[in-house]
Amino acid sequence: MTINDTIQETYTALSANKVRSGLTILGIVIGISSVIAMVSIGTGASSSISSSIQSLGANLLQVSPGAQRMAGGFGVAGGRGNAKTLTHADADALMGITDVIAVAEEVSGRYQVTARGTNSNTTVNGVTSNYPSIRNIEVAEGSFISDSQDLSAAKVAVIGPTTRDDLFGENAEDVVGQALRIKGIEFKIIGVTVEKGGSGFSNADDIIYVPVKSAQRYLSGDQYLTSISVRAGDAGVMTQVQADITALLLERHNISDETQADFSVLNQADILESASSITSTLTYLLAAIGGISLVVGGIGIMNMMLTTVTERTREIGLRKAIGARKSDISRQFLVEAIALTLIGGVIGILLGCLISYAVNLTGLITTSVTLSSVLIAFGVSALIGIVFGYYPARRAANLNPIEALRYE
Amino acid sequence: MIDVTDITKTYGSGDTAFQALRGITFTISNGEFVAIMGPSGSGKSTLMHILGCLDTPTSGSYYLDTKDVSMLNDEELADIRKDKIGFVFQSFNLLPRTTVLRNVMLPLIYAGVDEDERVRRATEALTSAGLSETHFLHKSNELSGGQIQRVAIARALVNQPSLILADEPTGNLDTKTGEIVLGTFQKLNREHGRSIVLITHEHDVAAYAERIITLRDGVVLSDEKNHSRTHAHHDH
Repeated sequence: MTINDTIQETYTALSANKVRSGLTILGIVIGISSVIAMVSIGTGASSSISSSIQSLGANLLQVSPGAQRMAGGFGVAGGRGNAKTLTHADADALMGITDVIAVAEEVSGRYQVTARGTNSNTTVNGVTSNYPSIRNIEVAEGSFISDSQDLSAAKVAVIGPTTRDDLFGENAEDVVGQALRIKGIEFKIIGVTVEKGGSGFSNADDIIYVPVKSAQRYLSGDQYLTSISVRAGDAGVMTQVQADITALLLERHNISDETQADFSVLNQADILESASSITSTLTYLLAAIGGISLVVGGIGIMNMMLTTVTERTREIGLRKAIGARKSDISRQFLVEAIALTLIGGVIGILLGCLISYAVNLTGLITTSVTLSSVLIAFGVSALIGIVFGYYPARRAANLNPIEALRYE
Repeated sequence: MIDVTDITKTYGSGDTAFQALRGITFTISNGEFVAIMGPSGSGKSTLMHILGCLDTPTSGSYYLDTKDVSMLNDEELADIRKDKIGFVFQSFNLLPRTTVLRNVMLPLIYAGVDEDERVRRATEALTSAGLSETHFLHKSNELSGGQIQRVAIARALVNQPSLILADEPTGNLDTKTGEIVLGTFQKLNREHGRSIVLITHEHDVAAYAERIITLRDGVVLSDEKNHSRTHAHHDH
């Protein structure tokens, strides 16, 4: 039997009951398209999260007080932020390390902020004048905090666009020069930053920057830092710089055992890694949900093929009587099952891409259909045809021709 | 060309064993038109299945064209059916929604004959079965009973088998159409030298054959030349 004959036989068989074939194909279409769409949403989410993490600043290391980072993640940094171990002197010392091009001190906290009767609870970051260059922040209006304002602990603030919207109304103009109160203390607004967009975990635009010395004096009330951002010369030296920082701070804090360190040094890659492990888990979860519907679709194929074999028992008997071998019969039914899944697979891939495109249009999440997910979906659909078509095909091939011919 | 010696067939085993054939022996030479006749339960269906290589005997030997086919496995039997046997069934067994031509070509598809040759041989078989070319591209379910059975005969002919086995071929047809179909067998036998074995329980049908083997309770009751042979009026 040639390939051409097999195709023609399959076409005749499948078109004999178009509604049934169509519904069976629909099962596979739903399965495949949901896998494609779900995976595209998952991949889209993870790439948007990693790009927003990268937008926080390149070649960045972050020194936090508190616990030593455990192997495999940063989630166990218990007490981080609460412990007070990092000081201005530590930050100055870090500047001496080779390949470190900038060091920014930071005192961060959440405070109640009021302005013109509205109020909000917002992150207030005490920062130095070089913070914008390290964290890729640009000022849209006014100016950023200057060195002299920091040294004099001036009560000035630069606010993010979201904070501006919350306090002064959507896209309020002329906020520079106005006043707001943080923890009851009045600060004068000297600038508004450019919108960066949500990062997935927190909104980088809902923030207020004040000089680090002002934050220490008026807000936190002590001399400690909540983090030190360090920018290295290039990505290749990150590991070396990270080790140098650890060694230097251990020495400064008089700690000999590295596991007892009262600070932790994170680099951008670590943060990216943990974020991407979260998003890939999410992607697997979504794929699994799609996979379940694919299995249900496969069972639909098996159901249809078993019905078909029963209905066509006499035909199978006839084919065997005129000389069809077992392999001819089983191939015929297997090809029918695979044809159903492949047709369903192709339509499903198109539908999945369409859904992913539609989700993209809503603007909620940027989806991306990867070639690998299309190939996997295609392969899986063929595999389902083989797996779920095998048993019915075998059953057809093993029919006794005499009994099959007598079947009513 | 068919040499059957002391064939038995037993179904089941032990107390429930049933012996359908109890030692059957006969020979059919090339070009003969033989009717195997007997009431239901006489073993004629069992014998037909063995002659048609759909089943194997419990004991005894069956030579088809000098080849012993009594001990073959399923796949070897399928190959013998493909090359040497043509079946005509009581219930026609054509593929529905499939053209006449394609129905007739079906055995050639399994035999691996190429496309052009298939069409040529199917056309030839349909013509000798008495079907006009206007019907070739009709779907099989658009034809009358007599036409359908002649398509089935053409399908049995198309692989140029050593033996055409017709199992109650007129069972589902009225007398007049039945006569046309039986006439077709006579013509094929007379003009093309085809060997035909006709299985029936009706005397009137068996009367078209040149020799009648009568079975009863799994043994050959009589095996004689048909002296009062009926000849069909060819009108196709």
